[in-house]
Amino acid sequence: MRERMKKVKSVQYPQHEISFILNGKKVSCKTKGSAVLLDVIRDVFELKGTKPGCHEGECGACTVLVDNVPVNSCLFLAVNADGKNILTVEGLLHADGTLDPVQESLVQNGAVQCGFCSSGMAMSLKALVHQYENAHPVAGEIKKGIPSRDEIKKHLEGNLCRCTGYVKILDAAEKLFLNNE
Amino acid sequence: MKKNLKVIGKPIPKHDARSRITGEAVYGHDIVLPHMLHGVILRTEHPSAIIESIDVSAAKKLPGVVCVITADDVDVNNISYKRDHPILKKNEVNCIRDEIAAVAAETKEIARQALKLIKVKYKIRKGIYDPHEALKKDAPQINKFIGGKFSNKNIAETFHYEHGNLAEEKKKSAVTITRRFTLPRVTHACMATSNITAHYTKTDKKLLLYSSTQVPFLYQRDMAHALKMNPSDIRIIQPVIGGGFGSKLDMYPFEPICALLSIKTGRPVQILYSREEEFIASPTRQPMIIDLTVGADAKGNFTFREINIIKDNGAYTSWGATTPFVIMQAFSSLYKIPACCFDAMAVYTNNVFAGSFRGYGNPQATFALERMIDLLADELGMGKAEIRLLNANEKGEVTGQGLHYETCGHKECLETVIAKSHFKKKKSPEKSGRYKRGIGLASMLHVGGGAKIYRSDGCGTTVKIDPYGFCTVITGSTEIGQGSETVLAMMAAEELGIDLNKIKIINTDTDVKPWDVGVHASRTSFVAGNSLLGAIKILKEKLNKKAAQLLNTNDSYFDYENGNIYLQNTNGGEPANAKKNSVLKKNSEIPDSSFVKLDKVVREMHFGEPNELAIASYFYEPSSKFQDKTFKGNVSGTYAFASQSIEVEVDTYTGNVKVLDIYVAQDVGKVLNPLLLDGQIEGGILQGVGYALSEELLVKEGRILNPNFHNYKMLTAADIPNIHFYPVETNDKQGPYGAKGVGEAPLIPTAAAIANAVCNALAIELLDLPVTPEKILKALAEKEKLKKQTV
Ligand code: FES
Ligand code: FES
Repeated sequence: MRERMKKVKSVQYPQHEISFILNGKKVSCKTKGSAVLLDVIRDVFELKGTKPGCHEGECGACTVLVDNVPVNSCLFLAVNADGKNILTVEGLLHADGTLDPVQESLVQNGAVQCGFCSSGMAMSLKALVHQYENAHPVAGEIKKGIPSRDEIKKHLEGNLCRCTGYVKILDAAEKLFLNNE
Repeated sequence: MKKNLKVIGKPIPKHDARSRITGEAVYGHDIVLPHMLHGVILRTEHPSAIIESIDVSAAKKLPGVVCVITADDVDVNNISYKRDHPILKKNEVNCIRDEIAAVAAETKEIARQALKLIKVKYKIRKGIYDPHEALKKDAPQINKFIGGKFSNKNIAETFHYEHGNLAEEKKKSAVTITRRFTLPRVTHACMATSNITAHYTKTDKKLLLYSSTQVPFLYQRDMAHALKMNPSDIRIIQPVIGGGFGSKLDMYPFEPICALLSIKTGRPVQILYSREEEFIASPTRQPMIIDLTVGADAKGNFTFREINIIKDNGAYTSWGATTPFVIMQAFSSLYKIPACCFDAMAVYTNNVFAGSFRGYGNPQATFALERMIDLLADELGMGKAEIRLLNANEKGEVTGQGLHYETCGHKECLETVIAKSHFKKKKSPEKSGRYKRGIGLASMLHVGGGAKIYRSDGCGTTVKIDPYGFCTVITGSTEIGQGSETVLAMMAAEELGIDLNKIKIINTDTDVKPWDVGVHASRTSFVAGNSLLGAIKILKEKLNKKAAQLLNTNDSYFDYENGNIYLQNTNGGEPANAKKNSVLKKNSEIPDSSFVKLDKVVREMHFGEPNELAIASYFYEPSSKFQDKTFKGNVSGTYAFASQSIEVEVDTYTGNVKVLDIYVAQDVGKVLNPLLLDGQIEGGILQGVGYALSEELLVKEGRILNPNFHNYKMLTAADIPNIHFYPVETNDKQGPYGAKGVGEAPLIPTAAAIANAVCNALAIELLDLPVTPEKILKALAEKEKLKKQTV
């Protein structure tokens, strides 16, 4: 996946007008073909919650959801966001200021230290929640599964954290799913 | 201080976590100022070369470029505590980080483009990358700014320490072992890369810096020296910091460079490192070679340690050169040691320079000395738990170096992890099969109450209460993600009896906050905590006086709870019965003569005679001593101890090590917040596991070979072992509520315990970190060869 994106990046696009849904609102902007979504989110729309940890697709700090799928926005070309539904950490916050359960669980379980990895972690976990909410729609009953701790570990493998040692992040994820049940 | 704690000891989530997980918190990378320029730095292409010429003319002409500077354009002083580091290099370069020029431009892209237009002509020299080579008589002098102070021109710093009668103790020794240990270069890899935004205003000639420094007041002074400015004309504001771990303890060239670009242009300038630049140009842990000789008598009592350390200083000096302060403590005072002779030197090479990193030399020292204890035990035919318990430190001990253990949880830590991990049952691993399990032990000693390495190790605090009953704590200390803000807020809530959400912490502005040494040596909860408690005590005296007046009493004993000040029942220790009744009365308007609302007291202080503020300041200076020239003296207010017992499984086919379980017991004095404490323990341990097994900044001929997360192997969520943590509470009377510093300890013994476990599993001898599969397979192959030869 990462490799493929790297290749795409080298293709030159002309200046491009793009429109997409950003945290529930329709937005549009002009962008260079080579611009990545991370820079557009941070510099054009001035949403600074999505963090640049490496700009190389290796740390996950820049994770956002594109149509509910987690991507490293530092490798995702902005032009490919055209027509898509983009969710950043700012979009998790409810209008009344309450946190998304994913965020709340990370806060309550002590999973946020310096916080630079935290928005990426939250977005990755949000993606996992989406996967599970929609994972087993057996006819007649919607079964909500719970991922195992190992599955959560695997899911978060692309999100580096230097502060927490990941334990509290995994605790937060587990409790989130237990509470959701 | 109160006895029945209501807030302290509770698992309270981090006070600032919400803002950090919603995108509200502003990190250095998020700062955008009007009219801001983007700065980038041109670094050398060669680690050792003469600069024949620098041509910036094409870069200057590029549209959008506002300023280009080289050493010739600036009038500055060298930086580093040795003043051996020029901000911009001229005539020659000596390490791959060397800054040659800097550009400020309207956009990052233009600035980067401009770098490519700068032409530098180099005459490449043969560099020196091995400290032993640098010590040779005919080696050229690497750093030209320091010289003559030591016997050899490439020595940057030396330390000598000794206690006890070495010759005597050698005679007493039944066994003596000598080994050489080699420790790698690892890097902090903070998730936020280095960053700074500088804003110089020409009208008033003042410099405002948004900097992630851990030591704002020392930084302000260093910056002023570098730029030849008055320190008070420099204001440091700390944005939210995306990881520290010691990396931001010093000032590095990019910071004054950014200031210079702003001074030259009169516009705000921002420099953000790329991840690659971060790997190449930010400091590392000190690589070192430790020659260690140890002895023990026939019963297993340790007799002496003799240590000789050579540290690769790199081309310039940063705090890495001073890590022997901490290293010698481990050697002189971890376990009972009758005699110790310690020498360390930092040697200039053309490698990248080392800074400070969580643990400050202690992980290296502990690795060598704890590996050595296992070798001693083997030689004596003793158990690895027994030999440690026999020699463990004790309460009341004053070590050869003069460290005074008024409380000491060393034995308890050891006993705890030995019992919990079933160490004694597991110590003899299976002899056959592909996967082999082993278990290893290690302990550590670290300062737990600051470290008086400057003349003061103090911290100032101002506390005020507003007329609405909210409290503002203005502390000199700094939050780097470790949770110090939360712990301070908890202390204030505890002492003043008000809700946590009524406490505000102000700690980011040198123009506002009182002086403090900075975040290092695991000192913040201890030193800033004591400082806050001191300020609150003074404030309460004022509040008590007014409360007494309002309650019409001569009594001076009050309890602070629920936002009220209660008259204490002076007949008994328990708070007044009236209080319980008053809870009922609180909501009604019935006047009660047993309590008064805190906010009312503050209003009465403001508006009633003698009209004063509800504000107090306090400067806390720990009782520790500034060590003398022989490095003897009680350098810290208290000391922290920890032991870890770690079980691993090694795949003998691939050499892969899987860390299964980590049992850790740590003398934390008192648990202030178990949730944050766990976070410090787990995060520290994982850094320790990385140090043990996977992390190494690979350097060849002065160049960094793996400057990215792909090749510099940090652990991920998938790699984590089970961590079992047992806090040991020794309630040190020096500490706030009995607490000691905790931040660095967890990573210190981890690598040693893991290496001991691997050696236990495979019956091999490992003396280097990291313990990579290649090293394991090599050691296994050698063992096989030896076996065949002896058959
Ligand atoms: S910034 Fe995108 S993966 Fe690191
Ligand atoms: S909390 Fe600091 S990197 Fe994860």
